[in-house]
Amino acid sequence: MSYKVTIADTGEEFHCRELQHLLAGMQQLGKKGIPVGCRSGGCGVCKVRITSGEYQVKKMSRDHVSEQEEENGIALACRVSPRSDIQLQVLGHLKKIVTPKK
Amino acid sequence: MAFTGIMRPGHVQLRVLDIDEALTHYCDNMGLIETDRDDQGRVYLKCWDEIDKFSVVLEPSDRAGMDHMAFKVATEQDLSRFESRVKDFGVETSRVPAGELNGCGERISFIAPGGHRFDLYAQKEQIGNSIPTTNPSPWPEGIKGMKAIRFDHCLLYGNDHDETVRFFTEALDLDLAEQVVDGDVQIAAFLSCGYKAHDIAFIRHEEPGKLHHASFLLGSWEQVLRAADIISMKDIPLDVGPTRHGLTRGMTIYYYDPSGNRNEVFAEDSYRYPDSPVLTWEADNVGQAIFYHSRVLVDSFMGVVS
Repeated sequence: MSYKVTIADTGEEFHCRELQHLLAGMQQLGKKGIPVGCRSGGCGVCKVRITSGEYQVKKMSRDHVSEQEEENGIALACRVSPRSDIQLQVLGHLKKIVTPKK
Repeated sequence: MAFTGIMRPGHVQLRVLDIDEALTHYCDNMGLIETDRDDQGRVYLKCWDEIDKFSVVLEPSDRAGMDHMAFKVATEQDLSRFESRVKDFGVETSRVPAGELNGCGERISFIAPGGHRFDLYAQKEQIGNSIPTTNPSPWPEGIKGMKAIRFDHCLLYGNDHDETVRFFTEALDLDLAEQVVDGDVQIAAFLSCGYKAHDIAFIRHEEPGKLHHASFLLGSWEQVLRAADIISMKDIPLDVGPTRHGLTRGMTIYYYDPSGNRNEVFAEDSYRYPDSPVLTWEADNVGQAIFYHSRVLVDSFMGVVS
């Protein structure tokens, strides 16, 4: 079973299978919009707010998603598998290494 | 004996979200060997060519990252000596009793200026490297996956970079082997306690206490390519590689464990002696310093830490 995922920030849409996580669905056809990091629930860069839809979520680092956030639809996209069409907003971002200005 | 003081990286304790997934990754896919478990649920691993009982401790946790990295010092006298020198530098120390980690002697523990915990110890149970010490064979049979030879180093992101480097060179006697500089500002420091290109490295960063990667040695570039095959075969999240670093010259590939801790396996890097000059890469050339072939920085490699 495959569902439509919509990134509200950009309007980007992609399809994601039930057995995939959202980032895998996004990447398989070269789509972009959610930052991609460790893809294992540890680094936090793919943090999203799911505004509508049903999903299952695997264990995520509590450094990046608190229990309260998890209850309120916040998750790491690499740990989320869809069970219906999904709409989400991107919260995470890639940190930049500190490179001092000259 | 040429080795005195801090001898080598002894172990790294990594936090993992799921111990069974972590064991599949580190043992079946990378070739580490389980040597013990304890009542806290921690699992002890070693690479085949390591003599001491463990070099990696997997700690079940609700978050990823590094709990601590430990260095083995040559003698008990060194342990007391470095305890004094760390305190004299202005860093608080505590003692962790022998046996807190199975088979490990008493440890001196402290938080370095960049926010990472480090331990020093002089004793660890030795169980051998699976080949005899008389008429040794070149390698043991039955090692799985990537066949990692040893835990080699960690690269860490932390704040207070200059003080961290001063601490490691002045209080712990490591040498600056290689660096990246932007004018007179050091961005990266590769530090060595012996003949290796690096035993630990630090990157200037805004957050304290982050792990960029824990690294393991392989035997050859061919073995790095074989690791790349395993990464795809086993659906392991790849970060970068296989490629060559300018820094340290190592042939390398980066990927993530099932909790998001980055690993490296590498081969054929450079070496140094105490009289070797410091090697310097300029910030204008940092793409080539990090990825020698493509010369292009990769956002995830620069910005993802656990």
